[in-house]
Parts: sequence; C-alpha cells; structure tokens
Amino acid sequence: MKDDDNKILQEVTGSDYKYGFYTDIEMDQAPPGLTEDTIRFISAKKNEPEFMLEFRLKAFRHWQTLKEPEWAHVEYPSINYQDLIYYSAPRKKPKYDNIDEVDPELLETFEKLGIPLDEQKSLAGVAVDAVMDSVSVGSTFKKTLEEQGVIFCSFSEALQKHPELIKKHMGTVVPYTDNFFAALNSAVFSDGSFAYIPKGVKCPLELSTYFRINAANTGQFERTLIVAEEGSYVSYMEGCTAPIRDENQLHAAIVEIIAHKDAEVKYSTVQNWWPGDKEGKGGVYNFVTKRGICEGDNSKISWTQVETGSAVTWKYPSLILKGDNSTGEFYSVAVTNNKQQADTGTKMIHLGKNTRSTIISKGISAGQSNNSYRGLVKTSKKAENARNFSQCDSLLLGDQSGAHTFPYLDVGNRTSIVEHEATTSKISEDQLFYCLQRGIDMEGAIGLIVNGYAKEVLSKLPMEFAVEAQKLLSVSLEGSVG
Amino acid sequence: MLNIKNLSASINGKTIISGLNLEVKEGEVHAIMGPNGSGKSTLASVIAGRETFDVDEGTITYMGKNLLDLPAETRAREGIFLGFQYPVEIPGVSIANFMRTAINEKRKYLGLEPLTGAEFLKLMEEKKKMVDIQSKLTNRSVNEGFSGGEKKKNEIFQMAMLEPRLAILDETDSGLDIDALKVVAKGVNKLRRPDNATIVITHYQRLLDYITPDFVHVLYDGRIIKSGDKNLALELEKKGYDWVKKEAPAGV
Ligand SMILES: Nc1ncnc2c1ncn2[C@@H]1O[C@H](COP(=O)(O)OP(=O)(O)OP(=O)(O)O)[C@@H](O)[C@H]1O
Ligand SMILES: [Mg+2]
Repeated sequence: MKDDDNKILQEVTGSDYKYGFYTDIEMDQAPPGLTEDTIRFISAKKNEPEFMLEFRLKAFRHWQTLKEPEWAHVEYPSINYQDLIYYSAPRKKPKYDNIDEVDPELLETFEKLGIPLDEQKSLAGVAVDAVMDSVSVGSTFKKTLEEQGVIFCSFSEALQKHPELIKKHMGTVVPYTDNFFAALNSAVFSDGSFAYIPKGVKCPLELSTYFRINAANTGQFERTLIVAEEGSYVSYMEGCTAPIRDENQLHAAIVEIIAHKDAEVKYSTVQNWWPGDKEGKGGVYNFVTKRGICEGDNSKISWTQVETGSAVTWKYPSLILKGDNSTGEFYSVAVTNNKQQADTGTKMIHLGKNTRSTIISKGISAGQSNNSYRGLVKTSKKAENARNFSQCDSLLLGDQSGAHTFPYLDVGNRTSIVEHEATTSKISEDQLFYCLQRGIDMEGAIGLIVNGYAKEVLSKLPMEFAVEAQKLLSVSLEGSVG
Repeated sequence: MLNIKNLSASINGKTIISGLNLEVKEGEVHAIMGPNGSGKSTLASVIAGRETFDVDEGTITYMGKNLLDLPAETRAREGIFLGFQYPVEIPGVSIANFMRTAINEKRKYLGLEPLTGAEFLKLMEEKKKMVDIQSKLTNRSVNEGFSGGEKKKNEIFQMAMLEPRLAILDETDSGLDIDALKVVAKGVNKLRRPDNATIVITHYQRLLDYITPDFVHVLYDGRIIKSGDKNLALELEKKGYDWVKKEAPAGV
C-alpha cells in the first residue's frame, strides 16, 4: 500500500512546466567567452563611466584567481565559462518613455507570463520596471515616485544619471571579493535595478521588477542595489519565470540592500525559473548572492522568498545587523521537485547591541529532489543581548526526496540567546484521503496541504504577490493525474 | 440507493470484510454496531473509496452506478460523505478555505458556477447555526488543536455544508458530552430528507435514543451476522455481543 501512495505522489508531482515558451527577439550580443576585452565591450556598449569599467576589471582579475565553490549540497556538470555569452540585449534601443514604443512581441511575451505591465496593475499600486535579457524596457509610475524623490530605474540608467550614488554604495555590502559568483557578476553584470529612497520618505508604491532569461546560452548577471536613507520605507518585489530551453542557463545575481537609521526594507521574491525536465536536464542554475546591511540603529530588513524553480539553487539572502536595535528577518519557502536541487538558507550576522533576527524556513521536497537548508547565526562580542529564533521545517512528498538541515552557530557573546527548532514531516495518506473524501482531487489536496504548511511565510508577502505564490506552489507540485 | 453484495475487502493480503451484504434505501437510517476490530471503519472506508484497501470480491452499486469504478473524490462529489472516526489535522488550512474548495469542486463536477465569497459566507453562517458550532472554529486550521468533541462537531458541520445523499458517520458520538451528542443528533435529524440516507456506526445505544434507526446491524468478523430494528440495539446494550456471535452461522 505504501508503494501505492508513492505511485500516486509520483504521478502528482511529476508535473510539466506550465510557463515554458521561447520568444525570438533579435539579439545584439557579445561573442562567447570571457576576457578583458569582453568586459571592455560590455562597458562600452553601455556607455559606462570610467570607474565602472575599473571596478569590472578588478573584479575580473580577482575572479580569475578563484575556484568554483564545491561545499554546497548540490551537483551539476561543470560550467565552461568560456562557452557562455556575456552580453545580449534586444536590438532596438531601450529607454522607452511610453509602453506603446515597446516591441509588441516583447509585450506579448510579458502577457503570456502574466506580467502585469498594464494599467490595471499600475492602478493596483505597482510601478513595474521590467527587465528582459538584461536591459530595462519599461517603467511606469515614475512620476509618482519622482515627486517623492524616489529613484527607481535600471542599473544602467542609474549609472548614467546618478553615477555618484552607485559609486558610493555599489560593492559595499557584497564586495567583488566575496565569492566566486559575486566576482563573476561584478565583472560582467549586464543590468539590473536601482532603488533609492530619500530620508524620511515612505515609498508610496510597491516596487517590482520582473526578471527573465531568454537568450540561448546566455548567462544572466543581474545586479540590484537598494538604498534606504534614514527613516525611509520601501517594499520591493522581484519575480520571474523562464522559458523551456535545452542548454543549462547560468544565473548569478547580486542584490545589495542598505538600510540606514530607522529605515525599513522589505524584499520579496517569487522565483520560478525553468527547473529542467523530469530528468533535471536543461534547467537554470541559480547562484545568487543577496545581502543586506542594517547600517543604522533601529533599522530593519526582511527577506521573504518563495523558490520553486531552477535546476540548481544556491542562495543565502543574508543580513548584517550592524546598527543597535536593528532587526533582520528571513522567511522562505523552497520547493523542489523531480531532480531539482536547492541549497538555500540565510546568514544573520549580529554586530550591534539588542539586535534581533528571525528565520522561518519551509522546505518542500518532492520527486527525487534534494532540498537543503543552510543557515548561519553569528553574534559578535559587541552584540549584547542579541537574539535569534530559527525554525526550519521540512515537508517530504514521497520517499525518494531528501531534506537536509545544516544550521551553523557562532555565538561570540554570552548575553545573546539563540534558539533553533527543526521538524520534518510528510503529507500523510490520512490527510490526502480526508481531502479526497470531501471531493477535492489529489492535485488540489496536495496544493491545499502545501499552502497550509507554507502559510506562515506566504502571509509575509504583499497581498497580490501572495496570491500568485499560492498558485505557483500548487502548479509546481501539480501533475497529470485526473 | 446503496446496494452491497457479497463484498470482500483486504489490506496487505489480510481479509477484513468477507461476504458482506447490505442494502440502504432512500430515507432510511441504518445503525451498524459491532465489537472493536470487527471491520466497521473498514467498511466505511471501502464505500468511500479509500485505495489502501483492496476490494477482492463483490459489488457496490450506488444510485444505479458501479461505485467501485469511481475514484474517492468522485464518490464524494456524487454525494457520499464520511464522518471520520479519527478526523485528521491539516495545519495552516482554515476550515472555511477547506470547505470552500470542497464545495466548489463539487459544484464544478455538477456543472454549476462556483459560489462567490459572499454566497459561501452566507451558507456557512446558516450551517453553523444549524449545527450549533462556535463561530471562531471555522477560522481555525482543520482539526488542528481541536478537542475530541470539536473534531466530531466539525465533521457534522462539514456534512451540513456538503448536503450529502448518503452520510456515513463513523462513531461520531464517541467522546461527546451529552449536550454535544444532542447537537450532533439534531444536526443529523435536521438534514434527514426523504431522498437521502444515513449510516451511523456506533457502540452506544444512547445515540439511537436521539436518532431513531430503521435498521440495526451487527457486524462481526467482516460480516453482518444479525439485523433487526431499534430493539436490537437495546438488547445488545443489555446483553453484549456474545449471544449474537453464538447464534451466528459459521462461515456464510
Ligand atoms: N491499515 C491497516 N493495516 C492493517 N490492519 C488494519 C488496517 N486498518 C484496519 N486494519 C485491521 O482491520 C480490522 C478492522 O478494523 P476497523 O478499523 O475496520 O474496525 P472497527 O470495527 O472500526 O473497530 P473500532 O470499533 O475499534 O473502531 C482490525 O483488526 C484492524 O487492525
Ligand atoms: Mg472504527
């Protein structure tokens, strides 16, 4: 009978990617390979200030001295970095003021993805800065933001218009020396987003950026920088899906957040990149470095993420709690199915007094996937009365998937209190039958149970994002039963 | 409405129901009694379509359909409701959300539009009153942290919401205080209609004081060994099961 359950679960979880398609847009791209010339090409293409090119070159030279990390609980064929293409952009020059000027094919793509670049969404209070193949193509509600002095634009645009802000903050949270992928990104990053919230401003809109990978064999290297000045507030949302492709696609992004005194930043992610086929072939490799610093006293940063995609995920949104009384939060749902592998978690580095951090991690593994939580909580000598609470739960579907928890503790202060709780559970046959008996089919039952399990995290997402995320959780575990 | 003929069912090769016959007509209430482990819950599960049990022999027809051809969720949508002996917890899923999903699945199956939020809330308020359950309960996660009695009341509430044609209540009276027992009985009686039927599985005559059965069956060793009217329940209460067991013919 147990075999029966497993068979059912297998069928249910053996789902096909619903959003897979490929759009053909003429590319303007760099030849494959990575040399100093490639970097000069990228920088010139983007008409960058001199300091940027220097930064890139320094990062590149450093990267050449590094080896790809092997400590994560993931396996993938080695990547030949000389085979990748490091720059590609839609041929038509971007910088549209009006959505009508945007390539209709591109808009159609967005439509299929359900990306709300339309009026409706704008009215709902969202300014969208859509990023496709590394170049920003559309912006709405800039005016509302401008009136408040909020800057929200593509990274390239920021480099042209606000080079001093970029120069001042870029690389201060994630230096290019941080790790292999951070160095790579710093050398070749193509574009990304920049948000700046001036002193005392509560950003009136949820800022959202949609990322997408679309070019064959193109590594995508996004870079996001968010600066929240004293007493400001911003909620930032990032979401993405990707088309079905045969080649593995590398994604190595960097996100940096700086929160000054009394500032608060909420960063939410829904990630649904192409996870590969049932054999795990062709999915996206997602190697991301995300880090925020609570620079000032009483500042707060929270990461909320729903991760369902990618073949391999390597991602640890982290926080440095430097200001006294600052607060860090990490809420995560990570789903792996089929042969997906995820090694994700967070680092909370307590430096200031009375700093607080909360970690809630919910892993869901189905199929033959592997889902690992890796978290570090560190309190420094000066972090008096620092507190952390961590809760790491794993939910297993079937008996071929794996869940692993690697909590690391480094307590440098006797007054700090660190608590860690962990559970592992399974969806029981009793629960499934209870749902079936009420007329809910197997897919619906799994969707319901999984969403219930992840509720604590989903409730931290902005409302409309939460609805999308709920659908995504169901879809990513859905199969062909019925 | 329900016709079970010569049913045999097993789990992991172990036969639990063997050669069972039962006919339930519209408008009837049947009580099934029997010692622990005699197969009452198994019978309920097999009727509801739980796949952990294998049906080895026999037929079940329900409203003219071959029930054994239908998966569990279809049986539910066709109007079969099982009030569980041990209702399971579903953390993070509110009763309201759970019921809304269930009702709309059923409506979809029947070719009806889903209920709007407002319609659903109205229905829920109505039924909550009917079965007298606490308002707060429906906002809580399904059975999570519920007391034994609350779990059973929640089953009756769900039954009221889903308006089944055939309800099977598996020891819904166990663990209830006398007031709750009356509430459960009241719920069952209010939902009783000429075109639906109820099977109550119970160990206690006291429930049958409130829900008057048309038939009482004794299930023993996977078979119905004696049937009678409500007086049989009274007799069982007084004398226990031994005399029935002795009377029962060996084999079938
Ligand atoms: N999943 C299972 N695996 C093995 N044996 C089982 C399983 N489910 C039921 N049984 C066995 O089948 C027999 C009948 O069980 P069932 O639960 O149907 O009894 P019951 O009449 O409902 O008893 P009670 O009055 O205690 O509720 C018991 O011997 C029980 O141990
Ligand atoms: Mg029982």
